[in-house]
Amino acid sequence: MKRDSKNQTGFTRRALLIGTAQTAIFGAIGARLYKLQVDEHSKYQLLAEHNSISERLTAPERGVITDRFGIVLAGNQQHWRALFMAAQAPDPASVLDNFAKLVPLDDDERARITADISGRPGYIPVLLKDYLEWPEMAALEVNTPNLPGVIVEVGTSRVYPFGAGFAHPVGYVARPDVPEAKANNVLALPGMRVGRSGAEAANDDVLRGSPGYVQTETNVHGEVVRQVAHDNGIPGQTVALSLDVGMQNLAVQALGSQAGAAVVLDALTGEILAMASNPGFDPGLFDKGIPADVWKSWMADPMHPLQNKAIAGLFAPGSTFKPTVALAALKYGSLTPEKILTCNGSFQLGDHVFWCDNHIAHGSITMTTALQVSCDVFFYQVALGVGVDRIAEMAHTLGIGVNLQLDIPHAAPGLVPTIDWAAARGVHWAPGNTVVQGIGQGYTQVTPMALATMIARVATGVEVGPHMARRIDGNLQDGSDIGDWPALDVDDRHLAVVRQALFEVVNTPSGTAYGSRLELANMQMAGKTGTAQVHNNTAAEKQKNFNDATMAWADRPNGLFVGFAPYNAPRYAVAVIVEHGLFGAQVAAPIAKQLMTYALTNDPAGRDIPLTTRVSSVGAPS
Amino acid sequence: MSGSTISLHRPFKDRSFGLVRKFLRINWLFVVCLCALAGVGYLALYSAAGGSTTPYANSQLIRFCVALVMMFVIAMVDIRSIAKAAWPSYALGILLLVVVMKFGHTGLGAKRWMSVGGVEIQPSELMKLFLILALAAYFHKASHERIGNLFFLLPALAVIALPVGLILKEPNLGTAVITAAIGATVMLGAGVRWWKFAIVIVVIGVAAPVLYHHLHDYQKARIITFLNPGSDPLGAGYNIIQSKIALGSGGFSGQGFLHGTQNQLNFLPEKQTDFVFTIIAEEFGFIGSIATLALLFMIVVIALYTAVRSENQFGRLVALGIATNFFLYCFVNLSMVMGLIPVGGVPLPLISYGGSALTAVMLGFGVLMSVHVHREAEFAVDEY
Repeated sequence: MKRDSKNQTGFTRRALLIGTAQTAIFGAIGARLYKLQVDEHSKYQLLAEHNSISERLTAPERGVITDRFGIVLAGNQQHWRALFMAAQAPDPASVLDNFAKLVPLDDDERARITADISGRPGYIPVLLKDYLEWPEMAALEVNTPNLPGVIVEVGTSRVYPFGAGFAHPVGYVARPDVPEAKANNVLALPGMRVGRSGAEAANDDVLRGSPGYVQTETNVHGEVVRQVAHDNGIPGQTVALSLDVGMQNLAVQALGSQAGAAVVLDALTGEILAMASNPGFDPGLFDKGIPADVWKSWMADPMHPLQNKAIAGLFAPGSTFKPTVALAALKYGSLTPEKILTCNGSFQLGDHVFWCDNHIAHGSITMTTALQVSCDVFFYQVALGVGVDRIAEMAHTLGIGVNLQLDIPHAAPGLVPTIDWAAARGVHWAPGNTVVQGIGQGYTQVTPMALATMIARVATGVEVGPHMARRIDGNLQDGSDIGDWPALDVDDRHLAVVRQALFEVVNTPSGTAYGSRLELANMQMAGKTGTAQVHNNTAAEKQKNFNDATMAWADRPNGLFVGFAPYNAPRYAVAVIVEHGLFGAQVAAPIAKQLMTYALTNDPAGRDIPLTTRVSSVGAPS
Repeated sequence: MSGSTISLHRPFKDRSFGLVRKFLRINWLFVVCLCALAGVGYLALYSAAGGSTTPYANSQLIRFCVALVMMFVIAMVDIRSIAKAAWPSYALGILLLVVVMKFGHTGLGAKRWMSVGGVEIQPSELMKLFLILALAAYFHKASHERIGNLFFLLPALAVIALPVGLILKEPNLGTAVITAAIGATVMLGAGVRWWKFAIVIVVIGVAAPVLYHHLHDYQKARIITFLNPGSDPLGAGYNIIQSKIALGSGGFSGQGFLHGTQNQLNFLPEKQTDFVFTIIAEEFGFIGSIATLALLFMIVVIALYTAVRSENQFGRLVALGIATNFFLYCFVNLSMVMGLIPVGGVPLPLISYGGSALTAVMLGFGVLMSVHVHREAEFAVDEY
């Protein structure tokens, strides 16, 4: 104990000394704090006010859109632009005046800039002028001292290397509108674009990316001294579409100057290989600004270049609807493959006469022959026998008149009428309405995409849905593989007999599309032609044997064709419509022939798998 | 003569102490100061997140509460049991340092961290406490004569040098220097003569230029930056300049909660950790920073008071070491923030965001409270 008390005394003395030293140091820290915070406060206050490190967000680079083989369909191009950080300028208005002396600003631009400056947080720069010319840029650089807060930087704009022919599937971007920019600060960044149509709109979220930032140090005059730190953000992801550039180009070329649409699908996966809609437009104009005269010409054009006819154009399917009617009748037993009906060239219902095409009497024929020669009278009777609701049910099963859940915006579902639909609309549904349903006229309205879906499902017996986004950031999307889709709820035997009839349409001399049979060894196309009246689709009109070359363009019938190939192992489905092009066999089937020849020669859907060895569960010739 | 073992035959002076009485013997003023500091930290972290309880403030509060419970639990452990665990824990600390050197993950160019069951720990933080315990156990029974004997001091120097060397290897110059300083302070408290320290300091002064050449580039850069902040205004010196501007612009009464421009405009990267004091200083001014300083000082004073009041040498030395550890944390961090010493990853305990330093400090405070609760405990003494 004695030792310990001695220890304790010594320790207490030493601990007090150590404590004193620590207290002194705490005192020194306190004194230093007083000096910094109270004595030198005004000095540091000034430094803080002029603290010149400022941060601004920068737009990420938008993701690239490619075709299925990686060919760029929508990319980015660099250009110079001028931005303004108003917070760094002592007098923003005078800076704008100085800027306008070097780079002219019109009143609208000036008003927009003023509105942007007052409406945005300080870290988001305001766009002064996009697409600076070289002399303008040089003038700005020289006059930097008069332009505090003005930044000249490289920005990117959207470019579409393939232009108008791809405008509909790829879409276009535009600057965010005012409410969008208000709702999302990131969209307020100069350089940010929003997809407005096509794949640009459908995949906008993955294409956008996340913004980066730049920290710069500026001096008291607002001039940028140096960049402190920067982060490029995360660029948007690459979206590879299922399109094949070669196929799409061919479709556009084949349509030529005619208005219309052509769709090619991978019939086993629903992938869209081509989706042409003529005429197109220059998609780059939406980013840079559309000249007034161009806009006026688009609006005035009777061919409606801005409408994607492949998914939003609504047309009477005409005779391309007959396979659907046949399948409905086969399903409900009102028609069998062996059943014979007679065509005398016309069909009387009550006091009304419905004519066969060109008033031809086809005689006593089976369904196969009726499809082969496209007899109308046969299908008038079939439609009456099965009824409008069951036709609609089969149409919906095959993808007609329903929402196809496309990954492309602005698609129209089309319409296949039912008794209920007519009742809801106050339409009196007469048996005559059902009669014209049999040949795809009347109220029925379809898109080319729906027709392509129908023929793909008939061809493969697989309930494929059309879609266009194949890979996002390299990852194959659901539905792009064979086997991703369920079997179609239609009897295989019925499909086989219809397929065989469609084979004869194209490959027998009396078939309506014999002229467009493929000239390839061992591979045939099957299909169906259609010629659909556009003008006053009444039965009375139908009896006119139109001498069409004398009709006004807009009154002429639309020419259609749907088909698939190869017949014995279906892989590709095609739908073509040539607006006011007269007969489907003459205008649409040849385009389908070109597309199918290309498809079977190049096999874009399965380039690594030889066509001849591919096994199909369906479609063996009977 | 087993100089470093402690046998524990004698009973606690007052055996009737139950858990409740022990609990009530905790220094509650100390606990109040701790909670007040945690409250200051909560406000600062709330402000650092731009006026949000996430991601810093709430999670730090939860960590503090967990650490506080841990402190209470340790405070209930008999100080003699802690003394018994001194050497094993020292060995564990050394082992952890070796493990972290081999397998730890690298942060900012140094291997300092390891993950144990999802909790990030920094063995060098724990090592400081374990070193204090080991040295206190070593000097516990030493008489004045033996302390005067140089050969008795050499093992103690080795006990300090081993962890200091390992921490230097990580490399973590700041913590190594702090660890050495804590060891020196405990030896001083044990009665080692002042002039012996003077010799060591002179030797280090002479050796410094030589050692400088063996420093890592980033360590050299810090020292150069400190000596001349203008030489690298956008690198390490940038932090010092921005930090001083934040302090200075706070003025006497501050710019107001959530209104500090330096803080809210993100001039300081990672301000929620090492530079958290700038938020307090800028937004609450000199009044706020001096009040925080006073609370930190209170912690040191209470720890030293605990040391003086302990009736056994082990408790005294442990409390002194813990007081010094906390003092050095504050000193290094605040000096760094004010640009007085080179910048070097030392947080402000109880206020900065992060769990490793908080856990280590509160572990130490648990031992400190045990010293306080068991201040009359008598150790069985083999020899004197």
